[in-house]
Amino acid sequence: MNAPVKILKPWVKPTLSPHRVGVMNKFGAVRQHNHQADLDGVAIEPLLEQYGSPLFILSEKTLRDNARRLQRAFATRWPKVRHGWSYKTNYLNAVCSILHQEGSWAEVVSDFEYHKARALGVPGSRIIFNGPWKPSAILEQAAHEGAQIHIDHLDEIYALEQVAKSLNKKVAVGIRLNFDTGYTESWSRFGFNLESGAAMDAAQRIASSEWLKLTGLHSHIGTFVLDLRAYAAQARIMAEFMDKVEAETACLIEYLDIGGGFASRNALQGVYLPPDQLVPSFDQYAEAITGSLLEATRTRSAAGKTLPTLILETGRAMVDDAEILVTRVVGGKRLPDGRRAAILDAGVNLLFTAFWYNHQVKPLRPLDGIPEETVLYGPLCMNIDIVRNSVMLPPLNVGDALMVRPAGAYNNTQWMQFIQYRPAVVMVTLEGKVEVVRVAEQLSAINEYERLPESLRLPFPQGLPE
Amino acid sequence: MTRQTLDFPNVESLKRLAISESGFIFDPVTGNSFTVNHTGRAILQLLQKTLDMEQITKRLQAEYAVDAPVADREAIEFANQLRGCFQ
Repeated sequence: MNAPVKILKPWVKPTLSPHRVGVMNKFGAVRQHNHQADLDGVAIEPLLEQYGSPLFILSEKTLRDNARRLQRAFATRWPKVRHGWSYKTNYLNAVCSILHQEGSWAEVVSDFEYHKARALGVPGSRIIFNGPWKPSAILEQAAHEGAQIHIDHLDEIYALEQVAKSLNKKVAVGIRLNFDTGYTESWSRFGFNLESGAAMDAAQRIASSEWLKLTGLHSHIGTFVLDLRAYAAQARIMAEFMDKVEAETACLIEYLDIGGGFASRNALQGVYLPPDQLVPSFDQYAEAITGSLLEATRTRSAAGKTLPTLILETGRAMVDDAEILVTRVVGGKRLPDGRRAAILDAGVNLLFTAFWYNHQVKPLRPLDGIPEETVLYGPLCMNIDIVRNSVMLPPLNVGDALMVRPAGAYNNTQWMQFIQYRPAVVMVTLEGKVEVVRVAEQLSAINEYERLPESLRLPFPQGLPE
Repeated sequence: MTRQTLDFPNVESLKRLAISESGFIFDPVTGNSFTVNHTGRAILQLLQKTLDMEQITKRLQAEYAVDAPVADREAIEFANQLRGCFQ
């Protein structure tokens, strides 16, 4: 008779948590770190096996849902609404193309972004061209192709006037405004100031030009703006200026572009309340903006004048929650101050937004053990490479995978090729298929742009020094 | 550092600890209390019996689904944490 087989107990990393008095979380218990193994029904662990870790994963469904919710929120409240996709937020071709399919124009701020939009097949007439520097070549192309150019400063008026003259074409332009809403810090470095009269000066100068025609007003009041009153004020101030500039220069303003700045459901560092309680919905933003616009354009409507098209450049709130970063634990340690630390294979090189967000971190599978304050470090040899400075997590073992979210805004544009390869980006499609939308970087791609003089190539004729 | 000389807190400071079945630890000298999970409790109780590192690793392997390198690594880290709490 065989000896009975002893069933071994499952191993869990040993932990010891000191009890501390007087540091209870006044907002209640620590949130449960429940796990999440899939994105839109597609298991994530096999994707890590196939495409490697770390890995960015996009959700086509979330992105399209966001685009449609934004459109619905505004189009049900204002007669003419247009969205310009802010390329700088995420200019992966797949992301841009999905949003163009949903009807968004391209909103670009540089020659690189303009070229990217054109390479995707976006006609120049569906490009909004912002930014403080538009090199002459691209300004000429944009004017020729009928892009919606927003002038940032006086020199640009003169430059564009020369371009229009050389094209022998009257170019319709918008001007960017800056002003004090009373609720946000004024971004006075961009555009023409309204209070000082610089905006009216610019409008007058354009009105006097044989080659330019003022048809639009643009402003962008900030980023991650949570106060709806700021948008209500912005809409009112722009509408009032529209009436004033039309009266004084006999132009016809066809659109008001209110820029972006809507907050995503991400947690800003230093903010106590969770994003679910803090971040307004698209409907709330829309209600504040269009309510204020309707009020401010009542006289205009009564006079039978057309209402301007409302343009939005929503970026962060559109794409942030449509992408996640999945990363593996590659090591762990106990810090001298007693906190647990884990080293991940993704750091601020990939998750630039870790500098200002406390991203949500979820394991892919249920982890045993008592949650404990944990620091999540990235893989870089830099002290600032911290993904989360403090997060309650159960003990982590090498190989455990964590989902970091939301990660869709600004990370695929501001990521750094610093000592590491940038990983693949895949997308879960509406049909549940997985498409690679950016392959993992390889050395050849980095070296392609370098040129090594012949005399510096190994082996050296004199050999290597001792 | 060899396994035998791994620097755990001195045995006397560990022996005085009251450890409940549920993982509650009370240190009667400092008045501090702690929560330990089941593997941590197992290591602490083996240390209270003055077992050395090699013996502890073997006992853990006999009881838990863990291989020697992992048990060894975890014990090193746990020793570090114990030093911070009980010395």
